[in-house]
Amino acid sequence: MIIQALVFYLFAAVAIASAVMVISSKNPVHSVLFLILCFFNAAGLFVLMGAEFLAMILVVVYVGAVAVLFLFVVMMLDINIERARQGFKQYLLIGGSIGLVLFLELVVILSSSFTAPDAVATAAVPIPDMDTVHNTRALGQVLYTKYAYLFQACGLILLVAMVGAIVLTLRQRDGVRKQVISDQINRSREESVEIKKVSSGSGI
Amino acid sequence: MLEIGLAHYLVVAAVLFTLGIFGIFLNRKNVIVIMMSIELMLLAVNINFVAFSTHMGDLVGQVFAVFILTVAAAEAAIGLAILVIYFRNRGSIAVEDINMMKG
Repeated sequence: MIIQALVFYLFAAVAIASAVMVISSKNPVHSVLFLILCFFNAAGLFVLMGAEFLAMILVVVYVGAVAVLFLFVVMMLDINIERARQGFKQYLLIGGSIGLVLFLELVVILSSSFTAPDAVATAAVPIPDMDTVHNTRALGQVLYTKYAYLFQACGLILLVAMVGAIVLTLRQRDGVRKQVISDQINRSREESVEIKKVSSGSGI
Repeated sequence: MLEIGLAHYLVVAAVLFTLGIFGIFLNRKNVIVIMMSIELMLLAVNINFVAFSTHMGDLVGQVFAVFILTVAAAEAAIGLAILVIYFRNRGSIAVEDINMMKG
């Protein structure tokens, strides 16, 4: 029990500390790296809660795809770091006050009662016993049957996002020589080869 | 204190969400960090979903968290694509420079 508590506090503390570093570090590259650390610790929290599949998905999708995408973009764009830091202190006060108010509101909500005791009995899909059916299998049994259409819709969203990202960033540059294969194979002998009679000793 | 329950996870999620909001206000000159703050907020929402899911013994919360993850990935891809072409056109990623449409 005490080990679980210690591990929870470790993961939570590192996650929050790295989240602070994400929003406050000077260099955007460091921000991305701290975001990756934050995601790893959130995955640890998920494992503690018993959602192993989501933890692994978090590592694969967020750390492996989204954070690396961020890293690519940060390194590709030539950002003026000094200019990006202007107005930091100016917004610190208003942002801090709004964040504090929001956090206090959340604490007020949390400190009041938030669960109905009989809500557990009304679960749409009760979590099966972990010793017999592990988390990934249980999730798959629900995801591919009851929520199959929503799952397909998710795939569609990803497809649209992929097409959109490609269409947005694709550009035709001027002055780039490209191979046009149809032009190459449509050439006739007349327009590509010229036969000259060269008399000996005079040149062309 | 040593008994880790639902409230502990909800507090962590609340702190992360607040930090996300705070980051949006703090980094007005850097849209990339604003997008990272949005990712932080989505992560906080996911922690909330999974915490309630395991606490209530209902698997639907985790299913919904998977869907949130998908939408977050799509959002990040589209947002970064827009950011890249915006930087290509204007040479800056500050929020106040995004004013060509006078909106």
